[in-house]
Amino acid sequence: MTDHAHSSSPRPVVLASSLWLPRDHSWRRFPSVGLVLAALGLGASLVGGLASPAIRSQLWHSWLVGALFVLSIGLGGLFFVLVHHSTQAGWSVVVRRIGENAMATLPWMALLFVPLLVFGMGDLFHWTHADAVAKDPLLQHKQAYLNSTFFLIRTVAYFAIWTFLALRLGALSRLQDKTGDHNLTRRMRRLSAPGLILFALSVTFFAFDWVMSLDPHWYSTIFGVYFFAGSVMAFFAFMTLIALGQQVLLPRLVNEEHLHDITKLMFAFLVFWAYMAFSQFMLIWYANLPEETGFFAQRLAGSWRPMSIALALGHFVVPFFFLLPRTIKRSPKASTIAALWLLAMHALDMYWLVMPSLHVGGITFSWLDAAALIGCIGVFLAVFGGSLRRQALVPLRDPRLPESITFENV
Amino acid sequence: MGLLRPSLPPGKSFGALAEFADPAELYHACEAVRDAGYTKWDAHTPFPVHGLDRAMGLKPSRLPWVVLVMALGGALAGIGLQGWVSTTAYPLVISGKPFFSWPAFVPVTFELSILGGALGAVFGMFAMNQLPTLYHPLFGKTSFERASDDGFFLSIESWDPKFDPDRTVELLRQLGAKEVELVHS
Repeated sequence: MTDHAHSSSPRPVVLASSLWLPRDHSWRRFPSVGLVLAALGLGASLVGGLASPAIRSQLWHSWLVGALFVLSIGLGGLFFVLVHHSTQAGWSVVVRRIGENAMATLPWMALLFVPLLVFGMGDLFHWTHADAVAKDPLLQHKQAYLNSTFFLIRTVAYFAIWTFLALRLGALSRLQDKTGDHNLTRRMRRLSAPGLILFALSVTFFAFDWVMSLDPHWYSTIFGVYFFAGSVMAFFAFMTLIALGQQVLLPRLVNEEHLHDITKLMFAFLVFWAYMAFSQFMLIWYANLPEETGFFAQRLAGSWRPMSIALALGHFVVPFFFLLPRTIKRSPKASTIAALWLLAMHALDMYWLVMPSLHVGGITFSWLDAAALIGCIGVFLAVFGGSLRRQALVPLRDPRLPESITFENV
Repeated sequence: MGLLRPSLPPGKSFGALAEFADPAELYHACEAVRDAGYTKWDAHTPFPVHGLDRAMGLKPSRLPWVVLVMALGGALAGIGLQGWVSTTAYPLVISGKPFFSWPAFVPVTFELSILGGALGAVFGMFAMNQLPTLYHPLFGKTSFERASDDGFFLSIESWDPKFDPDRTVELLRQLGAKEVELVHS
């Protein structure tokens, strides 16, 4: 909606050079800090975890939790960019680079999954054990899908799709910085629409493969959407933090209006996650069918029960009422607290999804949980930070940039 | 103002009505009227003008609170109804579930809270806009029909403490109104 009343106010004048991360900015250290965290975290995990077979299984489960956490943030970023282009969004141009920098981590996340594919399959997935499959008619029935070869091909396909979309959209966006060609916006849109379909299918089946098949006797058709919802929420939480930093750097470009929209989206996907989580739970609870209840029966027994309740309260009830007021959504301090909290809750969600397949009776924390998570965060931070440094913070010559700068919320 | 006629002492006018050429002029006029200290006045435009609520000095709406209360009320009603029916009125064992089976209660509770919120929003909005108002003195002015077409109007009501028939009209003329007139009911 054009702004009739402000036709006489001056346009802000910004130098293109100021739109890059300043040389002395602390975020320039993301790659080095990230690499150190990755080396320490993943290094210690590998050294300590491979020391004995007893702890090896813990290593791969903790590694998977960490990998899922950082991968989901990258996937959320890819989703944001795809939707931004598909809907020809105007308000988000100024913050789109955050999504682009996050999705730039996706090709590198594949590296995190290589050790799992090469070494961890036996410890993670029950259906890889030929003797177990031979005794189990259900696993035999699923063998056409749940076999190592097809699994590997699918995983490669998922990362290929994400890598292609992330690199292509990132390259076109960077090219537009140089040329200002409006056609590039059209090309990015034309790629994003089918890209969304590929994204939906690949994320759904990735969740089925890498998380749901940890318990191969169980299934839930909504599981892919559940994983997707949590991922996008986690990305918007991450985006809140980065956008706030960007607001300090570029106060005339990024303001409370954009923050408000980002926190609104974080809130919306929080509610969507809760909707998916509860839908999944309620239908299984109500039908009470033995082939479906195992997942929740395990998580509502023993020491898993308090964690499940904590997840319901901490991942939904408390943040929902906290983020409901408009003033909270527009407050940098409150939004930071909410974003950090939701990222922590998302990590807890990933833990709660994976760990019960290792520690069946109850929670058993391990130092590997922390080490692997820190290591994976280090990898993400390093790649994100590298991408952040290598290009302008905003799409310099996006045709919708002026619309984004003058954006005002209701 | 109510359903029928506003309660005015006979002989007194409703207020002043000013027409402006475009939204920008109306916007600046609103800022001036706000700064002049008027409280009982309104702007009439055929489409929403961005930022006009700030120009008018309007306080944030209380409607969100109405929606919140109605939504919580709806949720309470949902839980209350299902809880009472399942535990007290007709305690039946349904597929082995406990009497107060809260997971099964959530869909209805959620939907009733949405319903409460939606009804609160719609009827709250009507009430706060003093709708339905079957008659309004401004409708007597044929020029005012343009308020839903291409006219931008500002009306100051005569029971505003700062209202003065001559000075208020003069102020509106100074602010660039195409036409200012006193409206009689």
